Amino acid sequence: MAKYSYDHDKARLSMQKYSLFSLACKTLNNHQGWRQAWRTLPLKNEYEILIIGAGGHGLATAYYLAKYHGITDVAVIEKGWLGGGNIARNTVTIRSNYMRDESIPFYVKSLELYEQLSQELNYNLMYSKRGMIDVIQTYPKLREIKRRMLSMHLHGSTYKSLDIEELRRQIPPLTGGGPDSRLPIISSMLHTDAAVCRHDAVAWGYARAADDYGVEIHQNTAVQRLLKGADGSIEGVITNRGKIRAKKIALAVSGHTTTLTDTVGLQLPLRTFNLTAFVSEPVKPLLDVIVNCPDLGVYLNQSDKGEIVIGGASDVGQSFRRDIKQDVFEDSVRATLELFPSFKRLKLLRQWGGALDIAPDATPIISKTKIPGLFVSAGWWGGFKAIPAGGLTFAHLIANNENHLLNEPFTLDRFDHLNFILESGTTAH
Amino acid sequence: MLEITCPFCGPRSETEYINGGPSKVNRAESPDGFTDSEWVDYLILAPNPLGPVKEEWCHIMGCSLWFTITRDTVTHEILPSPETSNE
Repeated sequence: MAKYSYDHDKARLSMQKYSLFSLACKTLNNHQGWRQAWRTLPLKNEYEILIIGAGGHGLATAYYLAKYHGITDVAVIEKGWLGGGNIARNTVTIRSNYMRDESIPFYVKSLELYEQLSQELNYNLMYSKRGMIDVIQTYPKLREIKRRMLSMHLHGSTYKSLDIEELRRQIPPLTGGGPDSRLPIISSMLHTDAAVCRHDAVAWGYARAADDYGVEIHQNTAVQRLLKGADGSIEGVITNRGKIRAKKIALAVSGHTTTLTDTVGLQLPLRTFNLTAFVSEPVKPLLDVIVNCPDLGVYLNQSDKGEIVIGGASDVGQSFRRDIKQDVFEDSVRATLELFPSFKRLKLLRQWGGALDIAPDATPIISKTKIPGLFVSAGWWGGFKAIPAGGLTFAHLIANNENHLLNEPFTLDRFDHLNFILESGTTAH
Repeated sequence: MLEITCPFCGPRSETEYINGGPSKVNRAESPDGFTDSEWVDYLILAPNPLGPVKEEWCHIMGCSLWFTITRDTVTHEILPSPETSNE
C-alpha cells in the first residue's frame, strides 16, 4: 500500500467546523453567519488537474488528491449542479459481497473508508450499518452465493447463512415465498458489513472538504469536447464557458464517458444503460435491513424517512433516458409483492433512473488511456458503494501516473488479452 | 415501453423481444489480415452514441426473426426504414 507523507492539515483553509457547540452558538445568533459550504470562484483558464464531473467519484478524487498528494491546483467542473447525477440516482446501498479476488478487497476498503467518513469530513452522512440479507429461492443461485461466501471469507468480508426461521424473524413483512409458492425461499445469507447512508451528504461532504483544501468547484460548466495537443497528449477542454487548459484531465462522468472520449477519437468498451428505482410513500419503520432478492431481480430497503426504496432490473437496450419503463416498473412491483404481499397497498411516491455505463465484464475501469494525461473512472454499475475507494485509487493514479494496488486489476489493458474480471456481484446485471 | 415493428409479425410490445445490442461492422472476410488488437477491438467495442444507434432485436416470443432497427438512445424514437437480416 502506498505511503503518504504530505502534511495535509497545514494546507487547510479555515473550514467552519460543524458541531453541537457551533450549532448552539449560531442558534443564539438566529443562524446568521453560517458560511457557504463551498466557494464559487471565477473560472481560470488553466489548472494542473481538471476533473470532469462533480459527483461522488469526481469530488472524492479531488479530495484525496489534495489530502494525500498535496495537489490543490484542481478544478472540478460539472455540467449541471453538484451531486445531481448518479449520486442522486441510486439506492444508497454500500456492500462488499463480490465474487472476484480483484473486486472484494477494493469494496472492503471502500466500506472501511465509508465507516469513518462522517468523522473525517466533519459532515453527518447518516451512515447506518444495517446489514443486507439475500433471500435465495433457486439452487443455482444458492450455489453461486455459497461460492461467493467462500471467496469473501478469504478477504475478510462477512457473509453468513441464515436459516429461514431466523430470516422471517428478522424481516417481519416477508410473508411470501412459503412452501406452496411459485419460488419457495430455500435459504438466505446475511452480509453484516452492508450499510446505507445519505447520498447527497456524500457529495456535499466531499465537496466541502475538497474546497477547504483549495480545490475549485465550477457548476453549470458543460464540457463540449476534449482537446488533444500537437504531441497527442491531452491539452484541455472546450466548455460552454470557454477553453480550459490542463496537463491532466480525469473523467468521472458515469454514463457519458464515451460521449466525451468520442470527441478525441478514443473508443472505450462501454455501453450505457438506464437503471431505475422508485420509492413508496413513507410508512412506519418495519424493515431495518437491506433485502436483496437475486432470483426475482429486486432489492429494497426502508429509508430514514420511512419510504420503501425498491430497485429492479435495467432497461433493455442502450439508453440515456432517466425515466422508468412501465414493464420494468411492473416487473419490480410484481417481484416485490411475491415476497412482501402486504406492500400492495403502498403508493408510489417517485421514481428515478441513472445513465450507467458498463464494461463487457461488469467490472469498473480506473485507468490511464492511450492519450497521455487523460484518465478515466468509468463502468460503475453500482458505483455509490465504491466512491471512497474509487476516489482514493483514482487520485493516486492521477497524481503518480501509476496504479494504486487496489485499482491495478481495473485498468483498460486487461482487455488487450481479454482478461475479463467477470463479476457476478454487480447489481442487477 | 417501446412498440417495435417486427418485419414479419408487425407492431408488438418491447417485452416480446430480446435486444442483441448495437449492430457491428461485419467481420473481415479473411481473418488472417487482422491483428490481435483489431480482433479485440471487434469483440469489445460497440457504438454508444447519444442519439440514433443501429441495433439488433429478435422477436423471441413470436417468429424468432433477427432484424435491425435504428433507435434514438435519448428519445427512444424508432427511426423509419428498418432493414431486415436473417442471420
